[in-house]
Amino acid sequence: MHRYTWKIGVLQVVMLGVAAIFLFPIYILVNTALKPEGDRSSPLLPPASPAWGNFPTAWAEANLGPALLSSAFVTVTTIALLVAIGSLAAYPLARITARWSPFVYYGFMLGLLVPSLLALIPLYSTFRDLGLLANPLALVILYAGGQASFTIFLYTEFLRAVPRDYDEAASIDGAGRWKTYFHVVLPLLRPITGTVIILNAVFIWNDFYAPLLYLSGSPAQTLPVAMYSFTGTYEVDWTLLFAALILGSLPMLAAFLIMQKAVFRGYASGLKG
Amino acid sequence: MLKGNSTLMVDTNAALSPPKVEVRSADPEESPRKPRQRRAQGNLWALWFLLPAGVFLLFSVAVPSVQGAVYAFTDWNGLSADWNFIGLENFADMLSDPLARTAIFNSLLLTLITTVGQNVIGLLLALALSSRIRARGFLRVLIFAPCVVTPVVVAFLWQYILLPDGPLNGVLNAIGMGWATQTWLGDPQLALISISFVILWQMSGAVMVIYIAGLQNVPDELLEAAALDGAGPVRRFFAVTLPALRPAVVIATLLCIVGGLKTFDQVWVMTRGGPGVSSQVLSTAIYQTAFLRGDFSYATALALVLALITIIAAAIQQRVARAGTED
Repeated sequence: MHRYTWKIGVLQVVMLGVAAIFLFPIYILVNTALKPEGDRSSPLLPPASPAWGNFPTAWAEANLGPALLSSAFVTVTTIALLVAIGSLAAYPLARITARWSPFVYYGFMLGLLVPSLLALIPLYSTFRDLGLLANPLALVILYAGGQASFTIFLYTEFLRAVPRDYDEAASIDGAGRWKTYFHVVLPLLRPITGTVIILNAVFIWNDFYAPLLYLSGSPAQTLPVAMYSFTGTYEVDWTLLFAALILGSLPMLAAFLIMQKAVFRGYASGLKG
Repeated sequence: MLKGNSTLMVDTNAALSPPKVEVRSADPEESPRKPRQRRAQGNLWALWFLLPAGVFLLFSVAVPSVQGAVYAFTDWNGLSADWNFIGLENFADMLSDPLARTAIFNSLLLTLITTVGQNVIGLLLALALSSRIRARGFLRVLIFAPCVVTPVVVAFLWQYILLPDGPLNGVLNAIGMGWATQTWLGDPQLALISISFVILWQMSGAVMVIYIAGLQNVPDELLEAAALDGAGPVRRFFAVTLPALRPAVVIATLLCIVGGLKTFDQVWVMTRGGPGVSSQVLSTAIYQTAFLRGDFSYATALALVLALITIIAAAIQQRVARAGTED
């Protein structure tokens, strides 16, 4: 039963087909990005002489440099904020067992229930009135609120599973709430912080709707909007577009490949919730 | 319990000074009302810890969501200072608006296809990758990788692959299946289905990862016992594996439903809701109504419909999930 039987062999062949389904689009992507200008040969055949120059051209023409900086700024700033406000809120939510605490917790979880689209339109006029349109800070504020419920949920559920003894011992030793938070609670939360960072980073980095509304056309637009705007109004130049798509995807793909284990753990941990 | 009762004074300065010791125990003769008051005061430190998150939640979620729900019953255009309550007019308009009707129907259809599809595909892939085949690690990385790639990127890539003279039809012609070629995104009957399949290609890996983790909770000894009792692989799957996977199924379907209902990127990039309105979903209809047509109140009404559909769908899903455990 546990040997490499013929059934496993059949499965192996099937999975070879599955792998092809996932590799084929990647092949098309790279292949098309490397076609010399005006090359009208079949997209299925590799170019005779790969035009590596497409990458620097696409980088410059799609303004990927500024977009990369903007994306990095929004993602890093928001996640730092989320880790701070999320872990702060989780401490009382996980530890206080007063009659009102479940209601407060549900209140903080409301953000999980209401789809962000309902808030995005009124927020557009608020940001406009505050002069925050075209400012990446608008996205930081939006995501810090929009992802707060999810972040607090991960932190609170995790902390509830940790015995109170650790932080109660600190209190007995005379540490105040803040001291206990910094010296005991925060270190205890380190394992789940990896998951918080990964899941929020993938969402924020890839989000398209909010930056399309708030930053479109501005120098501060993030990578997804920059890549989208690159198509222009005329006929699509697939070669340069695909070169831009590859460059725009590399940071996240590289991060994933480096931190595979943590990423898989993060996605799978949705289970325990 | 006692430690929870430090005073407010202590908590605001707690980071700087060590907390004063319990005050309450000093006075055992308090009236019965007082301890509760003290206890509430003792929990006041929570306020400072909850405040930062609360401020962001209020500003970016609670207030604008309520605003949106109110605007839905007005004729506000997003700019003018004067606006009127018009009751249910926006919602009545939807009934005769092909954009709204198609968008609602398509959002539900797309969510159904992607939720069922992702779970079936994700589970099959997880089962395959939990077997003894070779290159499991490579396959897992390959299949999951699209999940972390920007949906806009994947959408452009597939838009190209699905062109009438694009690579997919090229392959079909090359292997003698020319009869199967289609204008995948240009056919009103097919556009939304094609988009759904692109989402399946990109996102099934995430569900697969949830199921791979879930499969590790399937008790081996039960599987072996069932095998000894003569249960075949199919029987073992339904009698042992699937019940053990229940928590994974519940969370995966919930994530798929919520994600499916708010799908925007793939539709907007690949078809912009076209041809005509044939592939519009609620999010694209909202975007188009608010920002290209400038009708804010109608857009918020559509957003409110989306919010209600999401909440109802999640509630039904939880209901079904819970009902199953009582059996």
